[in-house]
Amino acid sequence: MTNMFTTPSRLRKARAAAERRFRWFGLIAIGISLTFLFVMVGSIILKGRGALSTSGIAIVVDLNPDNVDPNDVKGTRFDSLMKKSLRNTFPDVKSRKDKKKLYGLLSVDMGFELRDQILENPAILGGPQKLWFTASDDIDLLLKGAVDMSLAEDNRRISDMEAGWIDTLTAAGDTRRKFNAKFFTNGDSREPELAGILSALMGSILTLLVCFLVSFPTAILAAIYLEEFAPKNRLSAFIEVNINNLAAVPSIVFGLLGLAMLLNVFGLPRSTPLVGGLVLSLMTLPTIIIAARASLRAVPPSIREAALGMGASPVQATFHHVTPLALPGILTGTIVGMAQALGETAPLLMIGMVAFIADVPSSIVEPAAALPVQIFLWADASERAFVEKTSAAIIVLLVFLVLMNLLAIFLRKKFEKRF
Amino acid sequence: MFTKTLTITAVATATLAAAPAFADRDQLKIVGSSTVFPFSTTVAERFGKSTDFKTPIVESTGSGGGLKLFCAGVGEEHPDITNASRRIKSSEVEKCASNGITDIVEAKVGYDGIVFANSKTADRFTVSLADMFLALAKDVPAAEAGKTQPNPYTTWNQVNAQLPAVKIEVLGPPPTSGTRDAFVELAMEGGCKAVDWIKDLKKTDSTAYKSLCHTIREDGAYVEAGENDNLIVQKLQANPAAFGIFGYSFLEQNSDTVQGSLINGVEPTFEAIAEGDYPVSRSLFFYVKKDHVGVVPGIEEFLAEFTSEDAWGEDGYLADKGLIPMTEDERSEWAASITGLSNLSM
Repeated sequence: MTNMFTTPSRLRKARAAAERRFRWFGLIAIGISLTFLFVMVGSIILKGRGALSTSGIAIVVDLNPDNVDPNDVKGTRFDSLMKKSLRNTFPDVKSRKDKKKLYGLLSVDMGFELRDQILENPAILGGPQKLWFTASDDIDLLLKGAVDMSLAEDNRRISDMEAGWIDTLTAAGDTRRKFNAKFFTNGDSREPELAGILSALMGSILTLLVCFLVSFPTAILAAIYLEEFAPKNRLSAFIEVNINNLAAVPSIVFGLLGLAMLLNVFGLPRSTPLVGGLVLSLMTLPTIIIAARASLRAVPPSIREAALGMGASPVQATFHHVTPLALPGILTGTIVGMAQALGETAPLLMIGMVAFIADVPSSIVEPAAALPVQIFLWADASERAFVEKTSAAIIVLLVFLVLMNLLAIFLRKKFEKRF
Repeated sequence: MFTKTLTITAVATATLAAAPAFADRDQLKIVGSSTVFPFSTTVAERFGKSTDFKTPIVESTGSGGGLKLFCAGVGEEHPDITNASRRIKSSEVEKCASNGITDIVEAKVGYDGIVFANSKTADRFTVSLADMFLALAKDVPAAEAGKTQPNPYTTWNQVNAQLPAVKIEVLGPPPTSGTRDAFVELAMEGGCKAVDWIKDLKKTDSTAYKSLCHTIREDGAYVEAGENDNLIVQKLQANPAAFGIFGYSFLEQNSDTVQGSLINGVEPTFEAIAEGDYPVSRSLFFYVKKDHVGVVPGIEEFLAEFTSEDAWGEDGYLADKGLIPMTEDERSEWAASITGLSNLSM
């Protein structure tokens, strides 16, 4: 007699095959996602790494008292002095058009750069000095090897003459590439070689700060009240449904609300992190409330009951015992919400944060852009050299996101308790 | 609801606390067209660096959006200047007037060419405005005068026997874009008018004329590729059979990969656009709120910077950014009217 509990071998085989199949599908799915991630991050890093270095050109500038008056350095006509120095470096350039090309070797900021170097180190005054200046964006691309010189002269942005000047300079050791510190210390600029991420980064930090300060306490209090104290009636059910719906509202709607309420009714200043943060906090509120309620619910009822049993008041039980245990989950939810807010552009468009803002903001009521906005604006610019800036800005945004997620993991590990 | 109340309270508190801080603004605010944006920001940056004024804030809102903000009222919360890639409309002037803005200074900045380009790996095209109208309109004239038919053309040689047998595939901006408006008005309408009976139609039935000349086909031959011109350039590189419609500055920056088609026999070059030979070019403007002059510091100085030969002149820095300058006479005329703050006359 056969054992009635053994499955026929055919079924057993089919079951094992299904098991294997599922594992393979799972592996394939992971493989596909990893490939996509790898290709995306890889291409961004490949494109963006160029922005981390910048080219410089050394030019001899005659800083004798005729050109720069040591008693009135600021009164010097720095631009003309720089142009004169460039002409002295290549004396055989005569025509107006060629001279213009020659001046174009250096960034338009050359006059300001000279002024800053003199003010920083007045000792260089008195005679000819070889000083380093930032190269213009097209020359920068040439020195980075991003210009295809095999094309016909009309088809590239660099003429043979310009390439010849650069070859001469390079042969004399007067060109260099170095780490692009400006990218991290400058604000936005229309000149790719001068454009930096700092104003957008500060804008994002200030905006997130406002967003956090408004949404975190509000959301936690709302979640605790709804979860622990609110009577279970129609009204609280209605509120719950609405919060869940709010979490699914497209972010542009919050931008419109911000425009109508914050700007038009309350008259808050346009393009500022204050308004940006408030709008984004509307967006993150429901996310944090939902996460906080879920983690409060996950705290075992025994903790609550034990606290009440020992004579604690409901508020004491909640704040001394339940909330600390739920904190890791709440923090994770908060950081996920903040990370979402960090990447938003649509609501910022409505409140005027999609703008060219060169000055680095120092308070929440000063106009500021944000990282995703900066990426959007640079991706739209016609200058070729902005391509690498765009990718580099994306890298900065991603690093910011990873840091926020690491913080979430760290906080969770620190506060986590197991039962 | 509870959370909303809390937020509103928070906002109200913030408003009360922060209100006195913005009583007066010391920074210029500029809004408007994304086409003028690169030029406006360049001037703003120079202005911020070379004077003691703060760098103006320039928002890219589109011409229509900018004029809407501009006309919303007088006061420090409203912008001082708006950029436009077209002239202000009389309806917008009325809107402004109804909000108390009667004194507006008009400033013409220069020109922008719109190019019809394809990849350098393909042959260069020579098209007429009529070819472009026939290739891109939703309805085209039928054999019988006065009748139209849905656009039957799928390849360029059907439009004009001299063009190669390449599928019609054009990437261009969506209807929200000012570039699209200008293309439709200058290129499409220009080709449309070339047909005699349509030209007569303009006098008898201008709505029918407009809908015939201004409607772009929707059967897939014209692909709306978004507002980002860089994206169109990249797509042209990937697809040599396709054409793209975008601003001249993008052609200039990408001259190694894309080429502009000759329109009515004229190549889109800096000189041809500046001299008005290239048929698809438009004027760029900005508008200044006169009531803000003297209240918000720096407006007059900003106008002086914008109208200096260093900026908008033939060898100025705006030309390097792709702006096509006006002729010398036009420049001196406009500079006088701008710095003299003459009122806009429609």
